[in-house]
Amino acid sequence: MSDIIRRDPRAEWIARNRLHPLHAAMQPVQTSWMGPNGVMRKNVHGIGFIGPNGIKRIDRSGVQQGRTVKRSASVEVQLPLHRVAAPAFYIAVVPDMVGGRLSSHDRDLLGLAHGLAGQDGAVLAIVFGEHKETAFDTAGVDRLLVMEGIEFAGYCPEQRVQGLRAVDNQFDPRHWLLPDSRSGGGELGRRFAASIGERPATRVWQVKDEQATGRAGAGLEDLARPVSRLILPTAECAEPVSETRHEALLVELSTAIARSLPRIEDLGAVAVDPALIPMAEAEFVFSGGNGVKDWALFHRTAAALGATEGASRVAVDDGFMTRDRQVGASGTWVTARVYVAVGISGAIQHLQGIGACDKVVAINLDPTCDMIKRADLSVIGESAAILDALIEAVESYRNGAKRDAA
Amino acid sequence: MGRNAMQPDNKLPVDKSALHVISLVSIGAHPTSGRPRRAEQDARAVELGLQIAGDNLHVLHAGSAEEPALRAYLGMGLKELHVLEQPKDADALPGLADYIRESGVQLVLAGTQAETGEGSGMLPYLLAEKLGWPLVVGMAEVESMNNGTAQVLQALPRGQRRRLKVRLPFLATVDNAAPKPRQSAFGPAQRGTLDVEQIEVVIDELFTAAELTPAKPRPKRLKVIKAKSGADRMKAATAKASGGGGQVLKGVTAQEGAAAILKLLVEEGVVR
Repeated sequence: MSDIIRRDPRAEWIARNRLHPLHAAMQPVQTSWMGPNGVMRKNVHGIGFIGPNGIKRIDRSGVQQGRTVKRSASVEVQLPLHRVAAPAFYIAVVPDMVGGRLSSHDRDLLGLAHGLAGQDGAVLAIVFGEHKETAFDTAGVDRLLVMEGIEFAGYCPEQRVQGLRAVDNQFDPRHWLLPDSRSGGGELGRRFAASIGERPATRVWQVKDEQATGRAGAGLEDLARPVSRLILPTAECAEPVSETRHEALLVELSTAIARSLPRIEDLGAVAVDPALIPMAEAEFVFSGGNGVKDWALFHRTAAALGATEGASRVAVDDGFMTRDRQVGASGTWVTARVYVAVGISGAIQHLQGIGACDKVVAINLDPTCDMIKRADLSVIGESAAILDALIEAVESYRNGAKRDAA
Repeated sequence: MGRNAMQPDNKLPVDKSALHVISLVSIGAHPTSGRPRRAEQDARAVELGLQIAGDNLHVLHAGSAEEPALRAYLGMGLKELHVLEQPKDADALPGLADYIRESGVQLVLAGTQAETGEGSGMLPYLLAEKLGWPLVVGMAEVESMNNGTAQVLQALPRGQRRRLKVRLPFLATVDNAAPKPRQSAFGPAQRGTLDVEQIEVVIDELFTAAELTPAKPRPKRLKVIKAKSGADRMKAATAKASGGGGQVLKGVTAQEGAAAILKLLVEEGVVR
């Protein structure tokens, strides 16, 4: 409920205008009238209105007219629960879970799966390893299968295929949906297809009337074919689920997963020079603005964190950073997962440029600026001191990790 | 790991004379005109093969030997190109698998997906499954090869790299992170020879049920506002940075602030 008292000028006008057809309805609720025995009756409860502090107020000046109707502003609505008690069939979805959360591509896929499942089927989401997602229910997951364990840590496509095969044996899904993305889904889907001998429909952008339409070749042609069992859709293949809430019940595999001898060994990520990564696709951007006074310290911090450097327009105009590092409407629209803004107040053009960022961290002196409102974590304080402390903290964290490994 | 971790110190870790590599090539299509050309990613596979194996690189094509665009690969400095002659709608998989199994190579390189036909990108996966070889997706560089294993760099999205150790023989696909292909010269392209071999034809059944049509432009997704009242719509249209949700640390020491930031960065996995 909104706690702002709003005037309704039209209702007030109708209440004043005796010739208006709704005039009678707009009169205040009668508070006193002559009873059948000639006794004056009063309704003391109908008098007055609830004031902004929740206290009943009686306005005797005559300004208060019309019905005192409370109008509600936007209320957090509980979406209706879509329940599948005994699923007739399953639609299996294997989301990418980039950074441990459902990406927009994953949500589109769940929307498509929900369309394929209809009322009787259940959408089964299969997640490998640990995740940080809390909104599986509103994303449209009816059943959730989490495969945890040391064998699924790191890059292990062959072991994941074994896991999917176990799911295939137990649940026998009517359709398998994996995102045709570069962040793992496209590869896993094709490996799985080769393993179970299904021909997948790839780069599908529409599933309609039992026909799957996808891009073919270099993208100059479309290929329409009957819906296959295994579908690898592109982003925006369907609208994500937005009108229902789902159970997201945890299910488990009844059989153990076959362990495949890993033929590919993951030796871990390689440090890449962050300056060489195009800013538009950098994962971690460390951006400085007008509030940065010590630019040498800023560069040192970016190097210590291993982040790609960015800047606001002011910093670029003042010559502290080059033009190709500018983030915002007239610069680069970044898609970083984590964006750290140091001394950037958050002009609307800059906030547009970081619209696609997942987590924003702000370091600023001004606690009222717009960047703080956008940020997931803000630290109010002098940037130089915080950056110094950050370098120290990162170094001690890395040293600690090394000591643990030794 | 320092800044130069991507470049190993010894630039020639691979003994070129002992290593045999096959690069699989196909006919590409120009993205705008649609004219036949050497396929972009297949050319990268040839380039990577030339860098790894030099003269020991075999280039293999399954399809028609008559196509003039095929000679563009010969123009990259190859003496000959092996062609498994088959019609356009034939399945390339069985012929390629037989050829590779008999050739005794250690490494097979291919592009990620074809530029013509279905272009599902399934061929390397099916080939690996059929041969029983491991498959490395998106290989950017081979760092070293010895004792029957190879250490390679895999390209990840957002410019990241991952180091993998894989046993030989293996298959690898290359994408746009692989080295840029050298130019194709006209003279060597005409002088090179095509070694054509007739193979048994297996027809692919895909196009009996499916059809290729010119690509329809996809509609742009509209921002759907599911507001019930005018006030909600107004709010959605004029929404600025909305307050709340974020954690604000005020009046803390620099050390505490830095620790909170570092905790978030480590949780998100961007600081390792």
